[in-house]
Amino acid sequence: MKLYEIAHSRAGDKGNTLTLSLIPFKESDYELLCTQITAQKVQEHLQGIVEGEIIRYELPNISSLLFVCQQALLGGVTTSLAIDTHGKTLSYALLEMEIAYTNF
Amino acid sequence: MKKEKIRIGCGAGFSGDRIEPALVLAEKGELDYLVLECLAERTIALAQKRKLQDASKGYDPLLEKRIKSLLPLLVKNQIKLITNMGAANPLAAAQKVIEIAKELNLPLKVAAVTGDDATQWVKNSSTHFTILENGQALNDYEVISINAYMGIDGILEALEADAQIIITGRVSDPSLFLAPMIHEFDWQIEDFDLLGKGTVIGHLLECAGHITGGYFAEPIMKPIEGLENLGHPFADIYADGSAIISKVKGTGGKITLQTAKEQLLYEVINPHEYYTPDVIADFTTVKLEEIGKNQIWVTGGTGKAKPETYKASVGYKAFYLGEGEISYAGFNAVGRAKLAGEILSQRLKPNFETFRIDYIGLNSIFREEFSAKMKVEESYLPEVRLRVSGKASTADEASLVGEEVEALYTNGPAAGGGVRKNINEVIGIVSILIDRNLLKANVDILSA
Repeated sequence: MKLYEIAHSRAGDKGNTLTLSLIPFKESDYELLCTQITAQKVQEHLQGIVEGEIIRYELPNISSLLFVCQQALLGGVTTSLAIDTHGKTLSYALLEMEIAYTNF
Repeated sequence: MKKEKIRIGCGAGFSGDRIEPALVLAEKGELDYLVLECLAERTIALAQKRKLQDASKGYDPLLEKRIKSLLPLLVKNQIKLITNMGAANPLAAAQKVIEIAKELNLPLKVAAVTGDDATQWVKNSSTHFTILENGQALNDYEVISINAYMGIDGILEALEADAQIIITGRVSDPSLFLAPMIHEFDWQIEDFDLLGKGTVIGHLLECAGHITGGYFAEPIMKPIEGLENLGHPFADIYADGSAIISKVKGTGGKITLQTAKEQLLYEVINPHEYYTPDVIADFTTVKLEEIGKNQIWVTGGTGKAKPETYKASVGYKAFYLGEGEISYAGFNAVGRAKLAGEILSQRLKPNFETFRIDYIGLNSIFREEFSAKMKVEESYLPEVRLRVSGKASTADEASLVGEEVEALYTNGPAAGGGVRKNINEVIGIVSILIDRNLLKANVDILSA
């Protein structure tokens, strides 16, 4: 199963840092995301996009995760040669991740 | 007199935002305050450039259009407007608003909040400034502008002077919302828990159509109705720092737990410590609850003492961007585009230190390595567009990129079409920190 089937995400930017929220459609899936979508897994998944470290923040208060990715915007919003300098489209790169989902 | 509840609407979330959602809010929203957030990092550096060319300019290019349509409604419904449309020249913006008010024969008190422009101050200062992002010295940069993210101070002074329209330069976005809360509820500016709560509410509102489902929408998993008529949000804010976020009945879009969560985490670098000039807010204590259709109840959120420094955005001359694009379609479209890419790489290499080749439709967005993982059969793509971009030190040099792409018309490969070329002077943005005691907000009051 792909992540976009059970969760949604928005990308944000600060300089060369990319932020990706990860929010399950059902709050009951939060634990599953915590277990499977680790910073390391995201780092492997986003290889070729994120060059620096990824920090994962857990927000149980809103059943959501936040990934803060360093060196992810080809030098930064204002001076990158990419079409999408902000990396606004990259939330859907995260959502391409595979997740093992069993609905008990 | 201390109020128990105020209503603040957010009618614009960036400088290019739609005009009419703010009109709907002003007409039907029963607002006390309307905020228009129109100033991104780079917007202010571009505005500084316009001001250098013409001292009466340098404010938001849409200011006239927005104010002309809004002003009669604001005056009729006694709504106060707070906006950062002053950009690099709040005073000229305020003068323009006065001019419009006189034309429309409306009585008005306008405040211009300045003090954020640190360009001359830093240039004259003997302090050594270090760039936050890379540790380099500020002196190494060809600086165009330096604007500090100011907090609530100037806006509070303008509110105390009973200005109906408050126009600021660079102010942190949540401060535009926090200042009227402090003013109306008589909050102490050292009560950082309350300031944290107010900052959360401001952050939820500041991107306008984000929280009403606009930028959230996706037709299969996240369908939202009425995007062509998207409503912008307002919040009923209570003196205890809680709020209900909603929108005007009959407008498009939707406010749900999901739209609110996406916005709460938007551009947050550390949810435990969200820095503004007024407070360091903690978003991990926020509670969101859906209490009705298009109604989100926001409680919690905490804060600790504000930072000792202001963050300032430095706009500098970075480079000239040269771009060219050309499309290929049908049999082996990707193959021909890639051949064109190789030809251009060889021809541009001697002249450009940094250039980039993208195949739009194939890998221009998720970049090559990641796109390749998505396993698209390249031979099935009906069309692909080659884009070449390069960095140059002059506009002349930059023009070479587009010229080389255009030359493919006769030099091949076959059937390339729809060439577009573009040159753009790029302003880069980096940041420095400035001791907050060294910059002071300044307020000018003008009357019509």
